[in-house]
Formats: sequence, C-alpha cells, structure tokens
Amino acid sequence: MKNWKYIVSLSFLICLIFTLPNFAKAEDEQKEKFNAGEVILEHILDSYEWHIFTWKGHEVSIYLPCIVFNEGKCYTFSSRNLHENEFYKTVNKTNSEELVFTIPHEGDYKGKIVIVNADGTQKRPFDISITKNVLALFISCALIIILFYLVTKAYQKRGEKAPKGLQSLFEMLIVYVRDDIARKAINEKSVDKYLPYLITVFFFIFINNLLGLIPIFPFGANITGNIATTATLALFTFFITNLFGNKEYYKDIFNTPGVPWFLKYPLPLMPLIETVGCFTKPFVLAVRLFANITAGHIVVLGFISSIFIVAQISVAGGVGMSVFSLILAIFVDCIELLVAYIQAYVFTLLSALYFGMASKEEK
Amino acid sequence: MLQEVARAATDLAPLAKLGAALAASIATIGAAMGISKIGSSALESMARQPEAAGNIQTSMILAAAFVEGVSLFAVVVCLLVAVG
Repeated sequence: MKNWKYIVSLSFLICLIFTLPNFAKAEDEQKEKFNAGEVILEHILDSYEWHIFTWKGHEVSIYLPCIVFNEGKCYTFSSRNLHENEFYKTVNKTNSEELVFTIPHEGDYKGKIVIVNADGTQKRPFDISITKNVLALFISCALIIILFYLVTKAYQKRGEKAPKGLQSLFEMLIVYVRDDIARKAINEKSVDKYLPYLITVFFFIFINNLLGLIPIFPFGANITGNIATTATLALFTFFITNLFGNKEYYKDIFNTPGVPWFLKYPLPLMPLIETVGCFTKPFVLAVRLFANITAGHIVVLGFISSIFIVAQISVAGGVGMSVFSLILAIFVDCIELLVAYIQAYVFTLLSALYFGMASKEEK
Repeated sequence: MLQEVARAATDLAPLAKLGAALAASIATIGAAMGISKIGSSALESMARQPEAAGNIQTSMILAAAFVEGVSLFAVVVCLLVAVG
C-alpha cells in the first residue's frame, strides 16, 4: 500500500467537511460554549489555585493558601473558600467585626483578593499569597539548586578528570557563558565580579522558559511570562550596573566627551537623553523577555483551542482539525525551544554589555 | 436626539479593538521585512566566505531576536488595548 499516506490525509480532510451541515442546528442549551479567549488567558495569567484537569465536569485543582495583611494582622485561608465567586467571611482581629474577602470578576481588582467593606467599596489588602507562579518558582528553584549541587559534587569528586554526564552538559553551557558572553563584553580585570550573576540569570531564565513549555503538573506555569518576574530580573541588572559603575561611566552620562557644550549648558539635553536611556535599557530587557515567552504560549494555546472551537460545530470536524492543529502546535513548540534559549542568551548578553560599559578601563 | 447620536458616536470601544488588531498586523509586517533583510544579507555573506559561516549564523540569530523583540512590544501594547 504505497499510497496509504494520501488515503489517510484525504480521510482527515473529509472529516473537516462534516463541519458544513451543522451550521443550521440550534444552540445546545445545556453545554457551555467554549470561550477560547478566556481559556487562553486562564493559562497565561497567575491565579490563586492550580487547575490540573477537569474530570467529568468536576474540577481537580490544588487550592493554594492565601496570606493577606489587613491593619497589621495576618489572615491565612485556603483559596477554596474563594473558588468561583464565593465570599470568605471571618472575624476582623482588630475590632471583632465581620471581614469579607472575595475575588471580583470585573473592575480594577479583577482576579485579585479584595476586602468588601460594609458600604460595598473594595479595598485591596497587602497580599503575599502563595499563588501558582510562586509555587512554580519554588519548584523550579529547588530543581535548579539540586542540579547545580550535583554538578559541583561531580567536580569535587572527579577533580581533573574529563567531565561525565550531567556535569558535561552544564560545563558546556557555563563555559559558553563565561567565554563567549562575559569575557567578550567585560574587560579582564572585572569579569570575575559579574560572572556569578550572569551565570545565575542565564540558567534561571533558560530553565524557567523550558519548564513553562511542559504542560504536565508540576511544570507548565507561565513564570517568565509574568511581567513581575522579568521586571525583577531587569531591576537586578539595573542596580548592579549603576551601583558598581565606575567614575568613567557616570562621566559618560553627565558629561559625555565629544559632544558640543551647548547641548549640556544651559539646557542639559545630553545628560537628560543619557539618563532616560539608562532607565529604558532595563525596561526593554524586561518587556522583551515577557513578550516573547507570553506570545509563544498564546500561539500554542490558540492552536489547541482551535480544535475545540471546530469540535463545537461537529465532532468529526474536530477530529480532522486536531491532526493539523497538532502538527502546527508541535512546530511552534520547536520554535519555542529555540526562543527559550535565545531569550536567555540575549538577556545575559545585554546584561554583560551593560556591565562592560559600566566598568570600562581607560587604556 | 442630538445627544443620543453624540453618545453613540463617542462609544469608541469597538474602534479601539479594530485599531489594536490592525496595529498588530502592521507590526508583523515590519518584523517580517526586517528579519528577511537580515536573513538575505547573512546568506549572501555566507556564500561569499563559507569559512565565516558559524560567526555569521550566530550574529544573524542574535539580530533577528532583537528585531522580533521590537515587534513584540507592539503586540503587547495591542493586547493591552484589546483586553483593557
């Protein structure tokens, strides 16, 4: 049967034709309509519970603890109390009145815990709950610590012998960061100061990007696609650049050599431009990582959602669609693997370049 | 009567979503043009000097990542407009 490939693809195409007759059917009242936008946002955004799967209409999820502070007193409770529109009523520890917590579905505080006052207004308390991203960060950091502990133990045991196994994989990447990123961008005298941070940030971003692509629990939370995580990493780079910059660096900002005097006095145009540049560089680092990772997740989720959208019209159409959607989703997932490495590389390279500019030696 | 027409004319939320969708596609056109220029010049220089192919390939991927990053800023802004 030489032509079996043609027969199989033709039969899946015929399955797609089954979508046509069903446009005249009336809407099913009992089944819930599949809202693709909502499903995609649910997988991208942070939440107070970790939804694993839905078994026969019954949701299986892990309800994470909520830790909030109100007027100096700490309240901890499981997010099961707030699941699906419910209110959690407890006693206010300062004045022994009723305190109502809820998660609103619209407004400024959509999706976050608020306190509902007696007159209906909402107040956002100081919230340090363990959300899905926080738990995923704990898991991925534990994984990174275990991996690096094994690598250092291997170096201690094997001494000068050739590396083996996990050690050789990590040695390849660490030597790449040290030689091709750090030593090329920063001058010889100050490389070792910045190297631990560069290696940490490279592996943190790379491993978290990769773990975000695995759909199975305990991985699969969108950590590096959260603007808070990427902004924190960019803030680290910003602080390290500016706290350890030498006098040359600050002279280049406030008194740029080679620029005519009328751009610096009476109107300090050049220092202003340089200072704004100093702030936009880390901001751009944060947004680049966030946008790349989130966009990749949205594309893969969109392909998978398209199966369900077509399956709503007809089940046979869904079967046909799933073949093409899965092929495209696998292709985009391979691109996402490349993007995971490239984004870690670009973040580390740009951080190294900024450190190099901040610690330039006068020849 | 005039107030009703004015109120309907200033309800610009659907127009905002249309603007967001159009802007995202224009940003994609910009990114595609930039990355194709990078790719074509990289291929040309690799054909001229095959020994430097490794270096050129690394620089090409790096430059493509930067150009793609810029287009993703536009996508982020469009997403903010479309859902907010």
